Amino acid sequence: MDNITAVSALNTSRSTPLIQAQQICQSYDKGSTGSLVVLDKVDLELNPGEIVGLLGRSGSGKSTLLRAIAGLIQPSGGTVEFSGRRVTGPNAGVAVVFQSFALFPWLTVLENVELGLEAQGVASAQRRKRALAAIDLIGLDGFESAYPKELSGGMRQRVGLARALVVHPKVLLMDEPFSALDVLTAETLRTDLLDLWCEGRMPIEAILMVTHNIEEAVLMCDRILIFGSNPGRVIAELRVELPQPRNRLDPAFRALVDDIYSRMTARPGTPAREGFFPGTGIAMSLPRVSTNLMAGLIEAIAAEPYKGEADLPLLAAQLHHEIDDLFPVAETLQLLRFADLEGGDIRLTAPGLRFADSNVDERKRLFAQQLAAYVPLAAHIRRVLDERSSHQAPARRFRDELEDHMSEDYAATTLKAVTNWARYGEYFAYDETADLFTLENPS
Amino acid sequence: MAFLSSRPERSSALAALARERVLPNSYDLAAFALLAAVAVLAFHGAAAMHTPLAGLSSAPIVLDPALLPEYALRTTMRMFAAITASLVFTFVVATLAAKSRRAEMLIIPALDILQSVPVLGFLTFTVTFFMGLFPGSQLGAECASIFAIFTSQAWNMAFSFYQSLRTVPRDLDEVSRGFGLSSWQRFCRLEAPFAMPGLVWNTMMSMSGGWFFVVASEAITVGDTTVQLPGLGSWLALAIKEQNFLAVGWAVLAMAVVIGLYDQLLFRPIVAWADKFRFEQTAGQSKPRSWVYGLARRTRLVKRLATPFAWLGGHLLLLRFRPASARPLRMAPAASRALDYAWLGLVVALGTWSSWIAVSYVGQSLGWADAGDALLRGLVTLLRVVVLIAVASVIWVPIGVWVGLRPGVAERVQPVAQFLAAFPANVLFPFAVIAIVTTGASPEVWLSPLMVLGTQWYILFNVIAGASAFPTDLREAARVYQLRSWTWWRRVILPGIFPYYVTGALTASGGSWNASIVAEVASWGDTKLEAYGLGSYIANATEAGNFPRVVLGIAVMSLFVTLLNRLLWRPLYVLAERRMRLD
Repeated sequence: MDNITAVSALNTSRSTPLIQAQQICQSYDKGSTGSLVVLDKVDLELNPGEIVGLLGRSGSGKSTLLRAIAGLIQPSGGTVEFSGRRVTGPNAGVAVVFQSFALFPWLTVLENVELGLEAQGVASAQRRKRALAAIDLIGLDGFESAYPKELSGGMRQRVGLARALVVHPKVLLMDEPFSALDVLTAETLRTDLLDLWCEGRMPIEAILMVTHNIEEAVLMCDRILIFGSNPGRVIAELRVELPQPRNRLDPAFRALVDDIYSRMTARPGTPAREGFFPGTGIAMSLPRVSTNLMAGLIEAIAAEPYKGEADLPLLAAQLHHEIDDLFPVAETLQLLRFADLEGGDIRLTAPGLRFADSNVDERKRLFAQQLAAYVPLAAHIRRVLDERSSHQAPARRFRDELEDHMSEDYAATTLKAVTNWARYGEYFAYDETADLFTLENPS
Repeated sequence: MAFLSSRPERSSALAALARERVLPNSYDLAAFALLAAVAVLAFHGAAAMHTPLAGLSSAPIVLDPALLPEYALRTTMRMFAAITASLVFTFVVATLAAKSRRAEMLIIPALDILQSVPVLGFLTFTVTFFMGLFPGSQLGAECASIFAIFTSQAWNMAFSFYQSLRTVPRDLDEVSRGFGLSSWQRFCRLEAPFAMPGLVWNTMMSMSGGWFFVVASEAITVGDTTVQLPGLGSWLALAIKEQNFLAVGWAVLAMAVVIGLYDQLLFRPIVAWADKFRFEQTAGQSKPRSWVYGLARRTRLVKRLATPFAWLGGHLLLLRFRPASARPLRMAPAASRALDYAWLGLVVALGTWSSWIAVSYVGQSLGWADAGDALLRGLVTLLRVVVLIAVASVIWVPIGVWVGLRPGVAERVQPVAQFLAAFPANVLFPFAVIAIVTTGASPEVWLSPLMVLGTQWYILFNVIAGASAFPTDLREAARVYQLRSWTWWRRVILPGIFPYYVTGALTASGGSWNASIVAEVASWGDTKLEAYGLGSYIANATEAGNFPRVVLGIAVMSLFVTLLNRLLWRPLYVLAERRMRLD
């Protein structure tokens, strides 16, 4: 097994990069208040013989980077080079596998696989031959005339893989290829793909994959780039030297996973605790996290065996959650000072412990208290409602105010998040029909 | 349609060419018989279309049941000519609107307005125009009639296609761009298939609406010109003039047969075929069936004969007009924006200019008093439409809910309701007129129901669809908590079917405005009944050849329809989308 790592290391050292992305920036115009930066000066190099993983949370711009490399979008800054040539649009040297499979439901498996060849103008007979070979390679024999809707998720992603491989790309780009699959299916597919790769049976020279699953990255990649959010940038680069096939229970494997966890939960060095969410004060962009999830997480941490302090990877595994689902909850708890995040650990604060022990009414009171103290937007809305004699204010007013600082979508999400938290804490009420914030709850 | 070539049979047909037998099977015989019959009828009908105009006067319409099949065929040919034109229009114009931002700025508002213009009002101008285009040939009158049908069909089809093009799934778009599909391949492989279910549904709706207009547009009188094209509409007009009760009955029968045939032979197979284009990744519960489609799939020889076409289609698909690497130049944003404004200015200027022409044309002979008169009549017709839709809703919503909640009944009633919606109500008008004349009832009141005679079914079959789709768990929850009578209606089922009801009522209301032109003036022999309203205003102006009045009438009616859509239906739609969606 050791020789495989050795081979790929050898490859890496001696050849020129297949893909070289330099200083990639991507930003969206927000009108008067400047722009929303999704990617900030990211460099990436992909060499022959390696699998590179882009690991990060949603919103860290890793999918954007993948699309820029595929030539599907034109980044607002920086250059992408493929085999030394500037990428200006989709090119035949790369093929993409999508999270959603992206199969054409009206084409059969065979026709879906042939699609890329058809675009290249390959003649019918030749097309058929190559498509059948790809289908054979990827283990889809017997399903040639099936329609995607007749297949299970795992089989559909195999079609996606066959469709990408049949055009003989040099680089395979995969955008969260296994995250729409159940745990068992995803594992099978990963193993199959690694087998084909290690045995050199796929006509590709390198793989670049986007994932938010830490274990998946450690399991498959030779190199991992960890992305941070707001704006998206590379915060760390790790080389995985473990030999293939890798064992999830191997202590070295676990140590690497733990290390990545703490790197991803490490707080940015900036002043406030709000550092996880972009923006400050009332302009802080907030995620929609349900109060049920928050209460559930607090209870889980407070209970045995954690008793108020838990290791996030372990907790995630026990709760059957991906980090993408767990992080926003943990961070919202941190924002509300119910918990503290540090080095991959989460620890309940005094209010958090009190919350876990309280009854419903007490919890609501406590929640409202933390909301008033630590979420400036909630306090701001409450203040406006208090000041007005009618004790009501149109939500539009606050939405407009937020849109001065963030995009329309983010403003809507932020306001919805605050509305739901305030409803739970009975801090203020919201009438959806009239789009009004009020102080009175229906009696 | 090139995406026909994507049928799964093609691949197997090619590969199995060597080992399979080419002998025809029994399904081939049936398919050939069908094909041959359709071909013969089509050639006959098409040949008759461009006979000289003089032929019309030498062989006038005769109320002989033996000639009825011929007339029915001619009417059907007009329908299909119009639907073909509508499809071509849809593919060209909607694609243009979806691909070019500047074309979109012009096309979409134009379609929106054209949708609300009463189609029958057009007849006056188009007859004059097309008769001048083909002097002495029947083709001119045929074109006018076909154009009238076209104008009732094209807009919603184009809208549907445009909407689909704008909502192509992002991941499929990325695959297509990633592989560098040519725009032609993209259209055949992605855009047209994705738009297919919506387009098929809208084509069927258009077809249903079209029958109404084909009947109304065959016997045309504009001022001194009277044209009677051979067809069911002319037959009906003559039967009314001669007070021939039996002949009206024959027309009703012929219409029923024709609609039944095209449904079985054309639309069912297409719906069954289009089912595979539905964009969902899960296997559907109940697949639409069609015996004709089943027949076509089981044939052996017919499929073999289709192979060369499939081969041709496959090669056409590989054609590329522009090399894959060529990309359109991108313009500087500032220059592009300046061009946008210039284009917008041009469009606005053109619009203002043409409305000025229309206003000054109408203003030459008509004054403010006429405008006031038309507006007043518009209000009366508006009152009729609103009251009738309300009455039809009160009647059909409970019935529709009752039917829709019983799957066994719904399965049998739904096709009937759809058939009734397709049946041109104007064929039935004479019966109502006879009833009014014999009972001496007030035409002001009793002519009105004719306006919703054909359109009320849209409410019924949409409500049935809504009630059938109502989730079982919600019904069970209502039963568990013993919600009954008014509470059940108000809290459970009415909100549940609301989105469907709005769709049905919107369609019914639009159709009723159009029908008012035919329904507010009705005759039986020499007896002419008339109700005060905008419909009779336009109908009378058309008959008198008074163009300024026709223009004024159409403008006022468009205004009313547009206002009603904007102020009533669109807000209801938004409400339904936001609050009452069940998914």
